[in-house]
Amino acid sequence: MSMPKSLFDKLWERHVVVGETPDAPAVLYIDLHLVHEVTSPQAFAVLDGRGLKVRRPDNTFATLDHSTPTLPANAKGELPFSTPGARRQVETLIANCEKHGIELLGLGDPRRGIVHVIGPELGLTQPGKTVVCGDSHTSTHGAFGALAFGIGTTEVGHVLATQCVLQRKPKSMRVIFDGALSPGVGAKDMALAMIAEIGADGGQGYAIEFAGETVRALSMEGRMTLCNMSIEAGARFGMIAPDETTFDWVKGRDFAPSGEAWAAALAKWRGLATEERAEFAKEVRIDASTIRPMITYGVSPDAAAPVCANAPAPRTAAEKHAADYMKLDAGRPFTEQEVNRVFIGSCTNSRLSDLREAAAVMRGRHVDEGVVALVVPGSEAVKRAAEAEGLDAVFVAAGAEWREPGCSMCIAMNGDAGAPGELVVSTSNRNFIGRQGKGVRTVLASPATAAASAIAGRIADPRPFLCDMKEDA
Amino acid sequence: MAFEPFKTLVSRTVVLAQDNIDTDQIIPARFLTTTSRDGLGQSVFYDWRFDEAGRPKRPSLFNDYNPDTHKILVAGSNFGCGSSREHAPWALYGFGFRAVISSDIADIFKSNALKNGLLPVEVDQTAHAQLLTTPDAEIAVDLEKLTVTLGEADIAHFEVEAFARQCLLNGVDPLGYLLKQTREIAAYEAKTA
Repeated sequence: MSMPKSLFDKLWERHVVVGETPDAPAVLYIDLHLVHEVTSPQAFAVLDGRGLKVRRPDNTFATLDHSTPTLPANAKGELPFSTPGARRQVETLIANCEKHGIELLGLGDPRRGIVHVIGPELGLTQPGKTVVCGDSHTSTHGAFGALAFGIGTTEVGHVLATQCVLQRKPKSMRVIFDGALSPGVGAKDMALAMIAEIGADGGQGYAIEFAGETVRALSMEGRMTLCNMSIEAGARFGMIAPDETTFDWVKGRDFAPSGEAWAAALAKWRGLATEERAEFAKEVRIDASTIRPMITYGVSPDAAAPVCANAPAPRTAAEKHAADYMKLDAGRPFTEQEVNRVFIGSCTNSRLSDLREAAAVMRGRHVDEGVVALVVPGSEAVKRAAEAEGLDAVFVAAGAEWREPGCSMCIAMNGDAGAPGELVVSTSNRNFIGRQGKGVRTVLASPATAAASAIAGRIADPRPFLCDMKEDA
Repeated sequence: MAFEPFKTLVSRTVVLAQDNIDTDQIIPARFLTTTSRDGLGQSVFYDWRFDEAGRPKRPSLFNDYNPDTHKILVAGSNFGCGSSREHAPWALYGFGFRAVISSDIADIFKSNALKNGLLPVEVDQTAHAQLLTTPDAEIAVDLEKLTVTLGEADIAHFEVEAFARQCLLNGVDPLGYLLKQTREIAAYEAKTA
């Protein structure tokens, strides 16, 4: 009898071109290579330097998201790039895509957006595929039962030239969530609770499969949020077995198989799930019914706690270092800490359901006068859909800014940033020192918590806001 | 990408006794709007090295050490966590570092560093503690014997993925190896098409 296999085992073995040996890693075939402007120029330069071509331009798609402005073009049609370097980076990708015959979902393209939002949206991301991108949040695509992982620029060059990467098979880990989520608690809170539990390096060297009834009950958007933050637990790979929720989501999208090909794909995808008694090197169980809305209070994503708690007093040197930077009043409730800015967006939380969640809190209310709130949709398609149902009007009426799609304040390299000392409640994924601007203090949270904090002018528990909405209805 | 072959490195250490030093500390995102690998060394740990006006901070670990004599960075655990930006090892290499020692180095950073002549060395807790508390120590990192030597004593043995080790010893990028697999790649494509 053969060993029961996990989703990860199956994805891995279906893509091995040359097996791993003690002397060399496996040569792993890549089905989908997503490219953006920040981590690709030096890879194209290596190709050009060696006179190499892109092996599979048909399996390579590029977009512009990190360095692009989120403010619209001026009357002359010129975009307000933050620096000449940002503009040059964008122009370089446009030129590289033209030269190598790569489809660019660029500026002005109705399909443009954050690379991890548009891959799934277009149906490029599919169960069973290997997906790479020069970006550590590529694990997002694992939500579809894909083997998706972030790579460095040298590896971007490898994939461009050979459609393969060299990779040793990591160990496997399963994180099982059981129980129903409480109202006002979502996938972002699950991710932060998980990272707090296992630590920022708890997944290092592992490929994580998220499983359990709570995960099965999540929408695709929620699953993407959860897989997105695998890297914040140190894991390059995060994945969820595909099921009817996945198939319903993929069906009918631009690049999804159709007709007979759909039936054939479906038959293949149904066989991907982890078999019973498949073994994992590490297993973690989390009771999801006890998770409350979560925020981070330190400078590493594992410094996370329920929003209704008090700011803890630092115990170690590292915690003291973080506390000195964050300047939250130890022993006082988080909900008394003043907020200067709120960012709703990023590859973690910029999809339509995220914007609906934020709008449900903001509808009929107003952002506190001391707060600047930015809402940045993940893609042109998300922006159109949100506008079609009037979410933009909700945000604008509440006093928030409604921007053009892009990574924006998550990485703060396009000019969107906080000012030194500001406290930012952000739906993004990293609270590192200076991540959202020099001296900026980042508190990570769900869209509902971020929106509630914008209204309150302090870090806020979103649940009372959501209860009000129910009573109004 | 050319870098110096790495065999044995004898140098002094710079110690950053802090855990979770992320890629945004190593090279802040505002320096990523470059289309080249060059020049990033000047911006490594920028916000730790320079004040608001862009003046070098003093005293400062990096501004007071000579990168010609201090090529080894010793850091707290989970070094290099965060993004996949290869700009982080490019910046460290550009500044003059040739090895980073920690108890635990983030996966993508490790993989990127190995491809760029910067040796990531993961040592056990005892050796890590010893190195963290001995700043400015002259040590030897031997990639052939896989040892870290302080004075006369081998204080740690470390592992490096075998293929990456060969590439580093020879100063070559693995692209050449991948390009030699073209026949296997074409066969895979034919089989799965």
